[in-house]
Amino acid sequence: MEFFKIRRDIPFMRNALAFNAVSLITFLAVVFFLFSRGLHLSVEFTGGTLMEVAYSQPADLTQARNAIAALGYADVQVQNFGTARDVLIRLPAVKGVSSAQQSEKVLGALKQADASAELRRTEFVGPQVGDELAADGLKALAFVVVGIVLYLAFRFEWKFAVAAIIANLHDVIIILGFFAFFQWEFSLPVLAAVLAVLGYSVNESVVIFDRIRENFRRFRKMDTVGIIDNAITSTISRTIITHGCTQLMVLSMLLFGGATLYYFALALTIGILFGIYSSVFVAAAIAMWLGIRREDLIKNVKKEGDPDDPNAGAVV
Amino acid sequence: MNRYPVWKYAIILIALLVGSLYTLPNFFGEAPAVQVSAAKSSVKVDTALQGRVEEALRAAGITPGLMQLEASTLKVRFDTTDQQLKAKDAIQRALAPSADEAPYVVALNLLSRSPQWLSALNAAPMYLGLDLRGGVHFMLQVDMPSALTKKAESLAGDLRSALREKSLRHAGINRNGQSIEVRFRETATAEAAQRLIQDQFPDLLTTTSPDAGDIKLTASLKPDAGRKVQEQALKQNITTLHNRINELGVAEPVIQQQGLDRIVVQLPGVQDTAKAKDILGRTATLEIRMVEDSSEARAAELGSGPVPFGTERFLERNGQAVIVKKQVILTGENLTDAQPGFDSQTQEAAVHLTLDAKGARIFRDVTRESVGKRMAILLFEKGKGEVVTAPVIRSEIGGGRVQISGRMSTVEANDVALLLRAGSLAAPMDIIEERTIGPSLGAENIAKGFNSVTWGFAAVAAFMCLYYMLFGLFSSIALGVNLLLLVAVLSMLQATLTLPGMAAMALVLGMAIDANVLINERVREELRNGASPQAAIHAGYERAWATILDSNVTTLIAGLALLAFGSGPVRGFAVVHCLGILTSMFSAVFFSRGLVNLWYGGQKRLQSVSIGTVWRAETSAGSGDSSKGLNRP
Repeated sequence: MEFFKIRRDIPFMRNALAFNAVSLITFLAVVFFLFSRGLHLSVEFTGGTLMEVAYSQPADLTQARNAIAALGYADVQVQNFGTARDVLIRLPAVKGVSSAQQSEKVLGALKQADASAELRRTEFVGPQVGDELAADGLKALAFVVVGIVLYLAFRFEWKFAVAAIIANLHDVIIILGFFAFFQWEFSLPVLAAVLAVLGYSVNESVVIFDRIRENFRRFRKMDTVGIIDNAITSTISRTIITHGCTQLMVLSMLLFGGATLYYFALALTIGILFGIYSSVFVAAAIAMWLGIRREDLIKNVKKEGDPDDPNAGAVV
Repeated sequence: MNRYPVWKYAIILIALLVGSLYTLPNFFGEAPAVQVSAAKSSVKVDTALQGRVEEALRAAGITPGLMQLEASTLKVRFDTTDQQLKAKDAIQRALAPSADEAPYVVALNLLSRSPQWLSALNAAPMYLGLDLRGGVHFMLQVDMPSALTKKAESLAGDLRSALREKSLRHAGINRNGQSIEVRFRETATAEAAQRLIQDQFPDLLTTTSPDAGDIKLTASLKPDAGRKVQEQALKQNITTLHNRINELGVAEPVIQQQGLDRIVVQLPGVQDTAKAKDILGRTATLEIRMVEDSSEARAAELGSGPVPFGTERFLERNGQAVIVKKQVILTGENLTDAQPGFDSQTQEAAVHLTLDAKGARIFRDVTRESVGKRMAILLFEKGKGEVVTAPVIRSEIGGGRVQISGRMSTVEANDVALLLRAGSLAAPMDIIEERTIGPSLGAENIAKGFNSVTWGFAAVAAFMCLYYMLFGLFSSIALGVNLLLLVAVLSMLQATLTLPGMAAMALVLGMAIDANVLINERVREELRNGASPQAAIHAGYERAWATILDSNVTTLIAGLALLAFGSGPVRGFAVVHCLGILTSMFSAVFFSRGLVNLWYGGQKRLQSVSIGTVWRAETSAGSGDSSKGLNRP
C-alpha cells in the first residue's frame, strides 16, 4: 500500500508567495477575532464557581436558570454539558460568600425545582489564583518559544530557528482564533494542548530542515529552491501519515473522552491539521526568504574541495 | 550489519521484565478496606490492636480478608462494600466508644488487591489524582499580615507591663499597623525604655523621633523575627488542619505547604464532601479577653449607650451582647486541649481546658487579679467574632487546668470543646481554590480515559500493519512496549495520574508513532533507490535517528515548560507527556530495531523485506508487487 506515488519533485516554492499571503490573511483575521470577540475563558482564569449537576432525565435549562436567578444572581451561565441530563452552571465570584455556601444554596434551589438534581463536581477558583494561572500560562508559552528558538539555532542555524518559530506561532494563533470565533471554552487543559501543539508542530519543520541539510550535502549542484522542493516532496508522505496517525488518537479522544476532554481534543485537531500547512509551506518559505544557503549548514565545504573543479582528484 | 550484540538484547529483556512487573499491580483492581490509625502520637498501633480488631469483627460475624499492619496504620480488606461499612461500625464501636475520646481514627479506604509478593517489591498501582478518584481539593491562603498584626498587638501588651514594672512613665502606647508607638515626655525615659526593649525584647527594632513636643519611640518587628512568625503561623495552621481532618476519618489526606503562605489540602475518596467543606471551612482563631464591667459597659450591653473606648462589642451564641476589652490575654496558641466533661461538684456539663506553661502563668496572674470578674473566650471566623462562653472567675487558677461550667447542656459542652480544639489557629485562612469531584464521576473519567487510549491504539496499530506490513507490525509492538514502559514508570514513581494525564498518554502514542513512520519511510526510500535490503534497513535507522532526536527534544521543551509552570491537572498532563517522550525514544528506535535485527539480521542473502509497497517511478506497472511478502530461503 502506498498512497504517495510521486514521480517528480513538486515545485512548492513557486507558490511560496501565495501560501504566505494566505497565512498572513488568516493571521490578521484571527487577531481581529481575538480582539473583537475575545476568548471565552473558563472559571480557572476568571475566578468564580463552576458546578456540574446531573438529573435523572433531560434537564429543563430555563427552569434551572430561573431557580438560580431567584437567589439573586443576575448573570449566570447555565448550559448542557455532554449529555442532555448534565448541566454546567457558572457562577461569578461573590465577595464574602464562600463557594461552599454558594454551591449549597444553588443546589438547594435546583433540588426544589427538580428533586433528582445531584451534584457531581464543583470547582471554585479565587480571582487571584485565576490571575496567577493566566500569568503562568503566558510564562510557559514564552519559555517554549525561547527554548525552541535556542535549540534550533544550535542544531541548524538562526534563520531556520526564526522561520520555524514564526510558522508555528502561526499555528497557535489559529487555534486561539478558532476558539475566539466559535466562543469555545478556553480552559487550562486547552492551554496545555496549545503548548503541546507548538512542540509537535516544530517537529514537522525539523524533519524538513533536516532533509534540507542532507540535500545540501548530497546535491551539490542544485539551487536552494530545488533543494527545498525536493526536501518537502521526499518527506510529504511521512508528514501526512504521522499527522494521520496522531489524528486517529485524537479522534478516539474526541469520541470517547467525554465532555471534559472535548475542547482539549478539538484544540489538538486544529493544531494537527494546520500544522501540516504551516510547517510544510510557511516555515520553508520563510527560511527561503531569509536567504538560507548551503554554507549556513555545512561549515567545511571549502576544505573538501569543489567537486565541480575539473582538476579535482588529479595528482601530479 | 544489522545485528545487535547479546548485551543489547539483554537490556531489552530486562526492560520488558521490569516494565511488566511494575505494570501488573494496575490490573488487580481495588478492594474496599477499613483503615485504623492513631489519632494521637501517644497512641500505638500494634499487634494488640490487631487482636482487638479481629475480636470485634468476629463478634459482628464478619470474616476479614487480608490484614496488613504497617508502621502507624492497620489495614483490613473486605470483599464487598457492605461488609466494609458493617466492619467500620463494629470496629469503631469496639475501639472508640465515645466520639470525643477517640484515640483511633477509623476510616474507609480502597486498597489495591495486588498480592503480597508484588507489594514486597514496592510495586504499587498508579497514584490516581482527584479527578479519577473523587474527593476534595482545597487551597488555603494564610492571612500573614493578620498574623503579624496579632503579634504586634500581643507585644504591645507585653511592653506595657514591662514598662510598668520598671516604673517608666509613658504618655501612651498604641499599635499602628504592625509597629508599636510609645510616647514619652522626657528623653531620659525614652532612652531608658529603648535600653529595656533591647534587653527584654530582642525581636524588636526601635527608633526614636521627636513628635509634637514628645519623644515617640517606634518599635517594629525585625524582618527575621517577622519571617519566623509567618513560618510558625503556617506550621501551626497545618497541625490544626491535621487534627480537624483526622476527625473526618479520611484515609491518606494530603496537607502540604505551598510557597510562603499557602496550604494545599487534598482529601481523596471523601464521600460526604459537604461535611468536609464545613469542617475545613470553619477556619477560626481563638482569643481570651477580659469582660469590661463598668457602668458604661453595662449600658452598652443593653444597647442604651455607646461602646466605651478600648473595648469591643460581641454577641454570645444565645444572642446576648458582651463588651470585652480590646487587649488579648491569651490566644489559641496557648491552648493545648479542650475536652467536655462534668463538674466534679455539681455534676453539671463543663469544658476542661489545658493551657501550656506560658499560658498557665499568664492565666494565673490574670485570675489572681480578677476574682469575681468575667472572662470571655472569643472565636473569630472571617474577621467576625463570637463569644463562645463568658464565665465568672471564681478563684485564682494555676497549673494550667481550667474548668468552664454553668448554663450549658452536654451537647453544648461538646460543641464548645470541639470549637475550642479546632479553633486554635495562629492566623486566619481563606479558601482561594476548591475542587470537588463526586466519586461516580471519578470512575467514569477512568473509563473514558482508558477507552480513548485503547481505541486510538487499536486504530493506529491496524493502519501501521496494513500500510507497512511486517515493519508495521514491529512498529505496533514497539508502540505497545512504549505504553507498557510508560505505565510502569508512572507506577514506580507513584506520579499522580489525572484525566489530562490519560489524554497525554493517548497523545504520546500518537507522537511516538512518528519515529517509526520516519524509519519505515526512509527504508522504503532506500529500497526505492536500489539499495540492498540489509543496507536499506541500516541506512533507514541511521539516517532517521538524528531527526527523531531533534523532534523529540523540541516536544520535550514544551513538556518541560508545562511541568515548570503548570499546576493541578495540567501538571499531571506534563508529567506523562515528558515521561512518554523518553520512553518513546527507547521503544521506537532501540526496541524496534532489536526486533528487526532479530528477524532479518541473520539472513545474509536477504532479497526483500516486508515493508509494503516500494513503489518505483520508472518501472512499469505491476512490478511494484515483487517486494510484498517475505522471501526467506
